[in-house]
Amino acid sequence: MTKPLAARIALYVVLIVGAVIMVFPFVWTVVTSLTPGATLTTTPRLIPEDPSLSPYIELFDRVPFARVIGNSLLIAVVSTLLQLVTSAMAAYVFARMPFPGRGALFVLYLATMMIPFQVLIVPLFAEMKTLGLINTYAGAILPTIATAFGVFLLRQAITTVPYDLDQAATLDGAGHFRIFVQIILPLIRPALATLAVFAFLNTWNSFLWPLIILRDPLMQTLPVALTSLQGQYSTQWDVLMAGSVISIIPMFALYVFAQKYIVQGVAGAGLK
Amino acid sequence: MTALGTRPDVAVAAASAGPATTRRGLPGRRRMRYALTVMVFLLPSLVPLLAFVIGPMISAAWTSLHSWNLIGPMSWVGLDNYAHLFTDPATRDAFLHTVWYIVGYLPIVYVGGLALALALNTRLRGRAGLRGMYFLPVITSWVVVALVWRWLLSPSNGVVNSVLAWFGVEGPGWWSDPAWAMPSIILASAWKDLGFVMVILLAGLQSINPDLYEAAQLDGAGWWRRLFSVTLPMLSPSTFFVIVLSLINGFQVFDQVYVMTGGGPNNSSQVVVQQVYDLTFRYGQAGMASALSWLLFFVIMLVTLVQFYGQKRWVNYD
Repeated sequence: MTKPLAARIALYVVLIVGAVIMVFPFVWTVVTSLTPGATLTTTPRLIPEDPSLSPYIELFDRVPFARVIGNSLLIAVVSTLLQLVTSAMAAYVFARMPFPGRGALFVLYLATMMIPFQVLIVPLFAEMKTLGLINTYAGAILPTIATAFGVFLLRQAITTVPYDLDQAATLDGAGHFRIFVQIILPLIRPALATLAVFAFLNTWNSFLWPLIILRDPLMQTLPVALTSLQGQYSTQWDVLMAGSVISIIPMFALYVFAQKYIVQGVAGAGLK
Repeated sequence: MTALGTRPDVAVAAASAGPATTRRGLPGRRRMRYALTVMVFLLPSLVPLLAFVIGPMISAAWTSLHSWNLIGPMSWVGLDNYAHLFTDPATRDAFLHTVWYIVGYLPIVYVGGLALALALNTRLRGRAGLRGMYFLPVITSWVVVALVWRWLLSPSNGVVNSVLAWFGVEGPGWWSDPAWAMPSIILASAWKDLGFVMVILLAGLQSINPDLYEAAQLDGAGWWRRLFSVTLPMLSPSTFFVIVLSLINGFQVFDQVYVMTGGGPNNSSQVVVQQVYDLTFRYGQAGMASALSWLLFFVIMLVTLVQFYGQKRWVNYD
């Protein structure tokens, strides 16, 4: 297709304006975090006159921020690992082990995807209170360890593995556990990676449930700690932006290494 | 960002069929062993789903029929909570604000996402890098997005109003002004989701058969004609997906509202989920909050069902 010059220029204008709008807020976040004393009265300069890391130091003075980062990491890692295990095991049954009523059970799993989390807030909080799990890691992690989404994704992947491989292994005397661990899991690694990335991203960024269950400042995750900082020091944008930078960095790093899985995962969603 | 690449209906049919071996002929002992294996594989996901999703869902329905402050005993009120919600102006406002959010947000992300997808769907230098940039906000948390935009839109010294001032325009009060609070939230949300919509539409564009464009061009169709007669009809499954997902997520909007305005000023941006949160943790009306969350669930189900029934009129699955 040949394109007239005007069309090419229009194309570049759209793309460049778009890129500036998308990237500028991140640049501004970093700039603000390096401009100590950005208060309610001045707008920082794009190139700070006297850049300094003191907002970061102040952040760690004000909040147990190292502990908060640790909380976020622990919760995200444990939740992701458990989600991988529970999803893969269930997916294996739904792909490879028929039994009466399996289709109906699958529909039940499906149905849980349609329940908005907000409906669960009150009873889940009450349940955790009864179990004594308010302000605990277990309380934050447990509701996230099994998702129908993970089961689906991995079931789809397992069904693409040729059934002959299972049968050959069965002839060699392998049971379901060995087939699952030695044949299926290695062959669905790309799907496991996609699920791992999304599970980590979702837990690391999640807000509503940690906000409700983790009330103690020592137990809070990054997003929750950031909002409590806003409440206490609403004018200290430099400190808040320093915290934002810290919470973005791991996601950007993950994105650089796992871009393929993230973009493919999202793109696959819209195709029939 | 959920529901990736899965067609539930197809998956269910396949799960019912399974591999073509029948287990009926197995002797009793082996059948027991088989059943036990199934249990061991299923329970790690089934128990949490029952305990933390399905159980609480049912329990929320029960709670919604009671008056309860989260601490004391529950007292039965029947359908009073629902009756109250249907006449309560605060509920009506919360739903109106939520709809206002969706009506503002959806056209921006769709038109913006489509423009970017069309622009990126051409042979172009630096395409991957640009796509990467547009996608960055998608992986950033709602809390950070909301904080950063609250700062960008700060009425007194935010960078947006400073830039407007260069041009002699006095910027609005953004999140501190009841008339501008919701537009501020919409702006931040659209910025975050634009890249997500773009990637979905881009995948849709790339699956369109190039022959169609060639045929249209031979018929003398110009760029706009091709957009409306070829691209948009062929893109309708992706468009449908974006709209369904945006409405489901839009009705559940919370994080960015909580951080940017807390529902204020003067309740001007109070949305349904914020109302559920406030009823539970600020006013100690857990029964009422449960009723409202069930009401929200019904509304979301209804809206989604209507869309699935309406799709035959405009969605093209050829």
